[in-house]
Amino acid sequence: MKERRWIYHLVQLAFVGALLGLWQFVTANGMVSPILLPSLSSSWDEFVDLLWTGSYLPDLEVTLYELVVAFAIAATLGCMVGYLTSRTRYSVRVFDPLFAGIFSIPTILLFPLYVLFFGLGAGSKIAIGSTIAFFPVVLNTIAGFANVDQLYIRAARAMGASGPQMFWSVMLPAAFPVVITGLRLGLLLAFLSILGSETIASLAGLGHRIVTYAESMDPAKMFAYIFFAVIMAVVLSTAVNYLEARVKRGHG
Amino acid sequence: MTEANGTVITVAGVSQVFGAAGDPRRVVALDNASLVVERGELLCLIGPSGCGKSTLLNLIGGLQTPSTGEVSIDGEKVRGPSPKKVAYMFQESALFPWRTVIDNVKLGLAFQGVAKGERDQRADEALNAVGLRDFANHYPAQLSGGMKQRAQLARALGLQTDILLMDEPFAALDEQTRMVMGEDLSVLLARTGKTIIFVTHSLVEAVFLADRVAVFSARPGRIKEVISVAEGHPRNRSFMTSDKLSRLRNQLYELLHDEIRKTLGESR
Repeated sequence: MKERRWIYHLVQLAFVGALLGLWQFVTANGMVSPILLPSLSSSWDEFVDLLWTGSYLPDLEVTLYELVVAFAIAATLGCMVGYLTSRTRYSVRVFDPLFAGIFSIPTILLFPLYVLFFGLGAGSKIAIGSTIAFFPVVLNTIAGFANVDQLYIRAARAMGASGPQMFWSVMLPAAFPVVITGLRLGLLLAFLSILGSETIASLAGLGHRIVTYAESMDPAKMFAYIFFAVIMAVVLSTAVNYLEARVKRGHG
Repeated sequence: MTEANGTVITVAGVSQVFGAAGDPRRVVALDNASLVVERGELLCLIGPSGCGKSTLLNLIGGLQTPSTGEVSIDGEKVRGPSPKKVAYMFQESALFPWRTVIDNVKLGLAFQGVAKGERDQRADEALNAVGLRDFANHYPAQLSGGMKQRAQLARALGLQTDILLMDEPFAALDEQTRMVMGEDLSVLLARTGKTIIFVTHSLVEAVFLADRVAVFSARPGRIKEVISVAEGHPRNRSFMTSDKLSRLRNQLYELLHDEIRKTLGESR
């Protein structure tokens, strides 16, 4: 089984390699205008330059700040509202489909309204990021707490568990694996929507930089920033996947 | 029978009804049950599915309140769980999967209100009593079905209550494991002198373990008859294969046969 997985990774790597090779091939042979698509090598040079000079730092700082604040709001509100909703079967029946319904509409359409309300700066990005991240958090929190095995609750009650003991030692650990999945989805969705909204209307941030370079016909620099954002996304999702797997390991 | 020195549990005219009057789904789970359990006695409840045996157990444990009638322990009316007096053991594994075996036992002690310093020692003792010391730091998912139930028993024993309620604790195990667990339980009980109420579907298990067997009728659940098994604890294999056990088992089967037929007819 182990060597099989090795082969899978090899094929995946070869696929990405082939895509990059194709890119280099079409640009090196002048099949696409360099103004539209720069060569892989020039983009790479810009990327290396970007890393060496550290010129990405101010934009990274803005985007990370927006992400951290948006996620903190979504996680706090989502967990609180989700837990309160899970308390009675009635509120689960009313609000769970409601949240799921709102989650299924493209909330990014609220972005122009948020720009009017919160301005072009970080405010509107935080607002859209936390709005979009709220839903997976709240939905999973409801699912996690509402579906705690009744047997655990009965056993704890029979042994004399108090209200706080029931919450901290039974409900929370039982619901945790489901809640953490919601938090992971929320974090990644917040990141995507913040980057996306920065490309629509913004003053600074990674998305802002990407769209600025595109508009100033400097696609090699644009790709350097795209590389940077892709690497950030990969690092972020690998980190939260790892954390989630670690947390769930104890949960047999 | 073990030394009978006084009544511990009194069940007086208890009924449990689910659903309002006139509701077509209204179920009388238990109809006017009365029962007295002596100290140190092992009472088995047996009957067709849905006859209210588990309901009666929940009423005694204070996990449900009866629609009418009264349950009392040591002369006090049961109004809710009484963790100092009554420990519970469930059918499926009610162990918390996110905690190791010993932490499960210790959490039970914490719920019951045992001081922190005392928990380690009591948890150790309980695991020793069921022979699970070597698996103290395993998670429930790493244990076999029989070991999980032993861990659950350890958690219940650690609470050091006088009364132990067991709701089909071995139901999910295969027959051989069940019989061996039954032998172990009989030895353990002879030592601790607890009062035990044990719900089971197995005729052999009921006769092998019980001092008395209460036979339930089909829905609405009533206590049809109570049979005595005059045999001292601990019991071993020779009792398992004895004529006495077969005779009592056959007697139980005669009593239950018609009731089982009724439940089959009902669900057709």
